[in-house]
Amino acid sequence: MAVSVDEAVPTGPVRDHTPPARRFGGRGRSVLEIALLTVLAVVMLFPVLWMIETSIKENRDVYAIPAKFFDFTVTLDHFKDVFIASGGRSALSVSFLNSVVVAGVSTVLATVLGVPAAWAYSRFAVKAKKDQLFFILSTRFMPPVVVVIPIFLMYRQVGLIDTKLGLILIYTAFNVPFTIWMMKGFVDEVPAEYEDAAMLDGYTRLQAFWRFTLPLLVPGIAATAVFALIFSWNEFVFAIFLTSSDDVRTAPPAIAGLIGGTTVDWGLVAAASVVFALPVLAFAYLVRKHLIAGVTLGAVRR
Amino acid sequence: MAGIEVTALHKRYPDGTVAVDHVDLSIGDGELFVMLGPSGCGKTTTLRAIAGLERQTTGDIRIGDTLVNDLPPAERDIAMVFQFYALYPHLRTRDNLAFPLRAEGLPKAEVRERVDEAARLMRLGPLLDRRPRRLSGGEQQRVALARALVRRPRAFLMDEPLTNLDAELRADMRTEIKHLQGELGTTMVYVTHDQVEAMSLGHRIAILNKGRVEQIGTPLEVYDRPASLFCAAFIGSPPMNLIEVEVADGKLRSKGGLVLTPPPGLPRDRCLVAGVRPEALEVTEPGAERSVPARVVSAEWLGDEIIYVVDHGGQRDVRVRMPPTVRFAADAPVGLRHTGGTPAVYDVSTEELVA
Ligand SMILES: Nc1ncnc2c1ncn2[C@@H]1O[C@H](COP(=O)(O)OP(=O)(O)O)[C@@H](O)[C@H]1O
Ligand SMILES: [Mg+2]
Repeated sequence: MAVSVDEAVPTGPVRDHTPPARRFGGRGRSVLEIALLTVLAVVMLFPVLWMIETSIKENRDVYAIPAKFFDFTVTLDHFKDVFIASGGRSALSVSFLNSVVVAGVSTVLATVLGVPAAWAYSRFAVKAKKDQLFFILSTRFMPPVVVVIPIFLMYRQVGLIDTKLGLILIYTAFNVPFTIWMMKGFVDEVPAEYEDAAMLDGYTRLQAFWRFTLPLLVPGIAATAVFALIFSWNEFVFAIFLTSSDDVRTAPPAIAGLIGGTTVDWGLVAAASVVFALPVLAFAYLVRKHLIAGVTLGAVRR
Repeated sequence: MAGIEVTALHKRYPDGTVAVDHVDLSIGDGELFVMLGPSGCGKTTTLRAIAGLERQTTGDIRIGDTLVNDLPPAERDIAMVFQFYALYPHLRTRDNLAFPLRAEGLPKAEVRERVDEAARLMRLGPLLDRRPRRLSGGEQQRVALARALVRRPRAFLMDEPLTNLDAELRADMRTEIKHLQGELGTTMVYVTHDQVEAMSLGHRIAILNKGRVEQIGTPLEVYDRPASLFCAAFIGSPPMNLIEVEVADGKLRSKGGLVLTPPPGLPRDRCLVAGVRPEALEVTEPGAERSVPARVVSAEWLGDEIIYVVDHGGQRDVRVRMPPTVRFAADAPVGLRHTGGTPAVYDVSTEELVA
């Protein structure tokens, strides 16, 4: 008691003085905040801006010293080069297509496998459920670079080296645990009574899941799929170790491959990077409503 | 329509929890049967086993003449109303009602007819084109009920359907459900933890405790002669007073000197407790005829009645229900008089009714 009284005494006057101090500090702080945020934004966005700028500069402006920030000639030649090479499609455009196929198929597979699994883990009494879920998650503890050598050796044995199927399988394997964990949270949020009611109404358990629970999971599935897609789309380590030929390689190693000769066509690298970054941005933008609904679903009381 | 027979039901969940230890129920055709018990006593599990949503570990369930142990929920022809209403959020009221019928593959005209009929019974007319999220709790509950009766099932199962409503609405819905059940004559198993709900609704009540049936009886039987100390403490608000008594000279005597008429067939030399309802006692002026000395500990004015808590022979929680006109101050010395008939008597060691 005595202690709290002693403490209360000094806080009184301090509290009395705070409003003006805070007002002063408030103005100062907001200026500081804006300044810091601006610096942060510039630092964060500069590489992106520089990439976009480089992708539309003429080569001579790209290599100009000192660097030209504003006063350069705009060209779309680099973008043309990304897609078209002399006499047909460029190797880069093939790698983009590969990326679309590999990322798309592995995301679909992970979703198709992961969502029902998440439902089962959420709804049924599974033996050692927690251990199983932990084991599933533990497969994601190791970064790809740790497991890539054994996987390389295994793939060589079974002939999956340098195939799109090989990449699809490994990306799926990496995304399924993530999908199960994220989707389980979403399934937990959907009351099991919907399925119970549907079963009493004459549906089987699977029909009940398919017709009632699944539609309610769409926001969660969209959010989860976007994350899986981003992983597969951006993945570099497996791609560079497990594939080599131009018609199998995905975009990340293909773009990286542009760097490293005696001369580097930075314009082409930048244009390829812009093209590479766009689909994920576009996709996330399209499903943004679901993403937000998905991320905030847990906060909604039922 | 059909009766429901539950024989030696036992349910152990995979994690080892025994939710239902041993339950026998024999529910008549057209009966409104209430399962009453505190939270966690296995009411929901029993109901879900009857519905087929949970498979019992052992025991048999019959609906009508059919042994339904191995039938999936869809083939049991039963409708259930959940505490959380489970209306499909993406469907309008109309479609929520029509859903079970479409699942059965009924022709369109008949679906419309039945939906309209259910809507009329539950007075849902203006709500037919709304989705659940635009309905109030009470309205959702009415839709859920309509959804159950639109199928004309052989029995209704209700799992605390009114818990989420506020008190006033709950009383209204209670009347409505009772009326509806009488009207349709369909067997109904109604689960609740609210003894008032159980008393006012049930033709018969089963009191459950820790996965076992403690007593089955009409509301009156259950109120007058609770079968165990648990039931005695559970039914009535405030519940029965449990007063320690001894048998002497053919009478029951409490420590404080209260004398009660013993029921016939009392066993000798056992620790006994008499169950005395608060309305079977009376607070009087000190020294009034046939009264024993007591002292007011506290009083609760409830408007239409006063509940006096009195100290009687060292037992400080004896509750007495009195009309609001009779006033005694706290701490006042008073008299306590028994005005009821023969009390129920319990054995302290077995906690069961002995006579
Ligand atoms: N799916 C389940 N798995 C394990 N234990 C459960 C499960 N469902 C209920 N229980 C347990 O069984 C007991 C009875 O539960 P329940 O039938 O829901 O009781 P009530 O409906 O009377 O409150 C409780 O102890 C509860 O924790
Ligand atoms: Mg329950």
